[in-house]
Amino acid sequence: MSTARQFKPEEPWQAPEGEPIVRLENVTKRFGAFYAVDDISLNIHAGEFFSLLGPSGCGKTTLLRMLAGFETPTSGRLLIDGQDVTDIPPYERPVNMMFQSYALFPHMNVADNIAFGLKQEGMPKSERQDRVAELMSLVQIEPLAKRKPHQLSGGQRQRVALARSLAKHPKILLLDEPLGALDKKLREQTQFELVNIQERLGITFVVVTHDQEEAMTMSSRIALMHEGRIEQVDPPRRLYEFPSTRYAASFIGSVNLFDGYVTEQNDDQVRVQCDDAGIQLEVRHSQPLVPGMAVTVALRPEKVRVIHQLEADTPNQLRGVIKEIAYLGDVSIYHVELASGKRVQFTQSNVQALAEQPLTWDEEVVLSWSANSCGVLTE
Amino acid sequence: MKQRLPLLITILLFGYAFLYIPIASLIVYSFNESRLVTVWSGFSTQWYSKLLENEQLLGAAWLSVQIAALTATLAVVLGTLAALALVRFRRFLGRGSLEVMVTAPLVMPDVIIGLSLLLLFVAMEGLIGWPAGRGMTTIVIAHTTFAMAYVAVVVQSRLAHMDLSLEEAALDLGARPLKVFFTITLPIIAPALIAGWLLAFTLSLDDLVVASFVSGPGATTLPMVVYSSVRLGVSPEINALATIIVALVTLAVLIAGFVLWRQEKQNRLDAH
Amino acid sequence: MKPTSARPSTRHLIIAVPWFWLALFFLLPFLFVLKISLSEPTLAQPPYMDLIREIEDGFVTLVINFSNYQLLLEDSLYLSALWGSLKVAAISTLFCLLIGYPMAYAIARSPLHWRLPLLMLIILPFWTSFLIRIYAWIGILKANGLLNNLLMGLGLIDSPLAIMHTPLAVYIGVVYNYLPFVVLPLYATLIRLDLTLLEAAADLGCRPWKQFLLITLPLSMPGVIAGAMLVFIPVMGEFVIPDLLGGPDTLMLGKLMWTEFFSNKDWPLASSLAALLLVVLILPFVLLRHFERRSEEGNP
Repeated sequence: MSTARQFKPEEPWQAPEGEPIVRLENVTKRFGAFYAVDDISLNIHAGEFFSLLGPSGCGKTTLLRMLAGFETPTSGRLLIDGQDVTDIPPYERPVNMMFQSYALFPHMNVADNIAFGLKQEGMPKSERQDRVAELMSLVQIEPLAKRKPHQLSGGQRQRVALARSLAKHPKILLLDEPLGALDKKLREQTQFELVNIQERLGITFVVVTHDQEEAMTMSSRIALMHEGRIEQVDPPRRLYEFPSTRYAASFIGSVNLFDGYVTEQNDDQVRVQCDDAGIQLEVRHSQPLVPGMAVTVALRPEKVRVIHQLEADTPNQLRGVIKEIAYLGDVSIYHVELASGKRVQFTQSNVQALAEQPLTWDEEVVLSWSANSCGVLTE
Repeated sequence: MKQRLPLLITILLFGYAFLYIPIASLIVYSFNESRLVTVWSGFSTQWYSKLLENEQLLGAAWLSVQIAALTATLAVVLGTLAALALVRFRRFLGRGSLEVMVTAPLVMPDVIIGLSLLLLFVAMEGLIGWPAGRGMTTIVIAHTTFAMAYVAVVVQSRLAHMDLSLEEAALDLGARPLKVFFTITLPIIAPALIAGWLLAFTLSLDDLVVASFVSGPGATTLPMVVYSSVRLGVSPEINALATIIVALVTLAVLIAGFVLWRQEKQNRLDAH
Repeated sequence: MKPTSARPSTRHLIIAVPWFWLALFFLLPFLFVLKISLSEPTLAQPPYMDLIREIEDGFVTLVINFSNYQLLLEDSLYLSALWGSLKVAAISTLFCLLIGYPMAYAIARSPLHWRLPLLMLIILPFWTSFLIRIYAWIGILKANGLLNNLLMGLGLIDSPLAIMHTPLAVYIGVVYNYLPFVVLPLYATLIRLDLTLLEAAADLGCRPWKQFLLITLPLSMPGVIAGAMLVFIPVMGEFVIPDLLGGPDTLMLGKLMWTEFFSNKDWPLASSLAALLLVVLILPFVLLRHFERRSEEGNP
C-alpha cells in the first residue's frame, strides 16, 4: 500500500498541551431509536488531514454534518477552535464543506459559484474577483469561469466545488467523499493534488470516505468507525500494522485471524495456544496479559514466508496444502489448508514467484513468520 | 419491435386528428362570410371586426384577464407554500388534511366547488359583513382555491427532485435561510413557478361554472358571455374569438420553444 | 434539520398559510352545503330558512328538515340523474382509456427527441378554452353540421344523422375534453417502465402480446387507475358538456343541480344534490389517492 504522505517529525496529536482545533465531547446523534453516532469523543489538531473511514451507515457522514452544523447532536458538545459551536447554525461556523454531489448552484456560472460565500460576507467586488481568480488558478480551472455547472466534466466540477469551499479561508474544510464520483484513474491522480493543496494552504481537512486506500494515501490520521462508534484513531501505518480490534484488522487490508488463549508471557513475548493452528504461536506484545485470557492473533498475508520443510528452533511454523491461487498481476494470493481445516492466506510477489519454482495446487508447504510480524488483539 | 411501428404511428395520427380537427374547423369557419357557420360562402374577416366592436364581450375579456392574473399570482404564492410544507417537512400536525385538501380540488366537480363557496360567502356576509356582495373578489378567492392545488402539484414535483445539498451548501457558505430561499431555492424552482402561474391563469380564464355561482351582478366574465351566446346558437363571432385564442396560445408556445432552443444553443456555444 | 425550517416560526407560517386558506375556502364550505341541505327553501334573500330559529321571546329551536333528501329518494328524476351521471362517467372513462392508452404507449416508445413535442401536442388544446372546444363540436355534430354535410356529400347517407342532443354527443364531448387527463399519467408510468423487464420476459420465451399483458399492463395499473379517476370524478359533476351537447333526456347530477339552483332558486335542494354527489365520489377519490401515492413511491 503506497503512502503519499511521509511521517513528519511534528505529530500534533502527540503533544498533549496543544489545543485541538476540533474537539468532540461525548457526542451522540440519535434518529428515533437508531444511534447514528454513539458517544464519540475525539480531538482533531490544526493542519491535520483527518479521515473518517468506515462502511456506509457507520455514522461518518452524520459526524461530518454535525461539524458543518446541518445536524444537531442529541447530546454532547462540539468545539471548534475552542469555541462551543453545538448550537451555532451552519452559516455562522468557521468551517466549509465540499459536498459529495458537489452541490454546485446550477443557475450560476463557475465564477459566481466560487464567489458565493465571499458575497455573503460582504467582500467588495474587486477584492472578490481577485480572490476568485486566485482560487481558480489554485485548482487550475481558469478558462472555465463563465461555464455553467452542467457544461463541466466530473473532474472539473470537483475542482469548482473545492475552490468554492476554500474561498472563505475556513479553519476546517469538511470533505464528504471528495473523490467518490470520479473514475479510478482520475481518483488516484486527484488524491495527490488534494494532499498538495492541503499542505500548501495549511488548512485542517476532515474527509469522509469509505475507501480505505484513499484514506491510507491521504491522511495524517484515520478514525475507523463502526456502528456509530470509533474503533481506532491512528496514522495509516499504525492502523495497518497495529490494529487494536478484530474489526480494525479485517476492515483494512486482509488478515488471518487465529483465536486462542494466552499461556505465558515473558518480557514482550506472548505465547498463545491456538487450536486451529495446532501449535502455540509466539507474538511480540508489550502490554501485560493474564494467562488464560482469550485473544486473537492477527497475521497479514504478506508477512508470511513460504518454506518447504520445517526448520528447527523457528517459532510459528504451520504445515498445509495449497488449495487456491488467485493471480492479481503484481501479486498472487494463495489459500493454504491446515490439518485442522482452517485456511490461511498468504501473498507472494510475482517477481519472486516466477524466479523460483512456482507454487502450485495441492503442493505441501510450510508457512512461517516471525513473532514481530503478527499482533495480539484483545477485542 | 419493428413491425409494431406502423401501428403506433397510425394510432398517434388518429389520436391527434381527433384532437385537432375540431379546432381546425373553428379556425377555417371564422373566415366564412355566411352567418351559417357550416356553410362556406366566401372568405371574410367581418366577424373579427364585429368581435372588436362587441363591447360587452371585450369588457368581460378584460375582467377575466384581470381575475386570471390576480388568481395566478395568489395561487403561485399559496401553492408554493403548500408544496414546500409537503415536500420539506416530513411530519407535522395537519399534514394528512393538507395532502387531501391539495389533491381534492384537482378532481372536485366545479358545481360543488361553486355552490359550496357561494354558500360560504353568503353565510360570511351575514355573520361578519365580508365579503360585501359578490363580484371580482369572490371570483378571485374561488379560483385561487382550486388553482393553488394545481400549482402545488407542479411545484411539489420540482422541489422533490431538487438536491437538498444545494441549500446546505449555501448555508455552509454563510447565507441565512431566507437568503438561501431567494438566491438558491427560488431560481431553481422558477420554471415550475412559471408553469404553475400559466396553468393557474388558464384555469381561471377558462372557468364558467365556479364563476357563475360566486359572481354577482356587474361581474360577468368572458366564459359567461361565451356561454350565453353559444346557448343561443352558433355564432361566427365565437369562431373568431376561438381563432384569436388559439393563435395567442400557439404564439406563446412557439416563443417558449424558441427561448428554450436559444438557451440550449447558447449553452452549447459556451461549452466550446 | 432542514434549511428552510431554521426557525420554527417560519416553518409554522409555511404550513399554516395554505392550510388555513384551504380549510376556510375548501373544507368549511362543505359544512355549509350540509347545513343548507337540511333547511327549508323560502322566498327570501338568501332563499333558505335558518336552522336555528327564534320562535318567541328568546326561545330558540333547531329545525332540521330531511325533506330534501326524502325527495331525492322518492322522485325518480334524481335517482335516474345519479344513474345517468354514473353511466356517462363510466362509459366515457372507458373510452378515454381505450384511446388514451395506445397514445400514451406510442409516445413513450417514440424516439427521445419526439416525446416532448408529442406531449405538448396533447396538452396544447387544453390551453385553449374549454367552452370553445365544446362549441367546436356543436358545429361538427349538429343536423346541418360538418359531419352530416360531409357524409351526405359523399353520398353515404340520405338524411342527416341525429347526433347532436343525444347521449352520443355527450360521450364525444367528454372523451374529447378529458383525453389529456388519461394520457399524461399513463405516459408518466409507461416511461418509467424498465425496458429490460420486457427483454427478460422475451428471453424467457414470452411473445410480444404476452409481454404486454403480463408485464407492461400490470405495471402500468397505477397510471390506469389514476387516469381513470381523473376523468371519472369530475365527469360525475359535469355540467357544461351535457348542457350544450346533450338533449332534454340527458339527465346528469351536475346539470340538475345547476337547474335547481339557477332556474328553480331551490338552494336547499341543490345543496342536497351536492351532498349526494360528494358521498358518491368519496370511494373513487380514495382510490385515486391510493394509486397516486403508490406511483409516487414507485418513483425513485
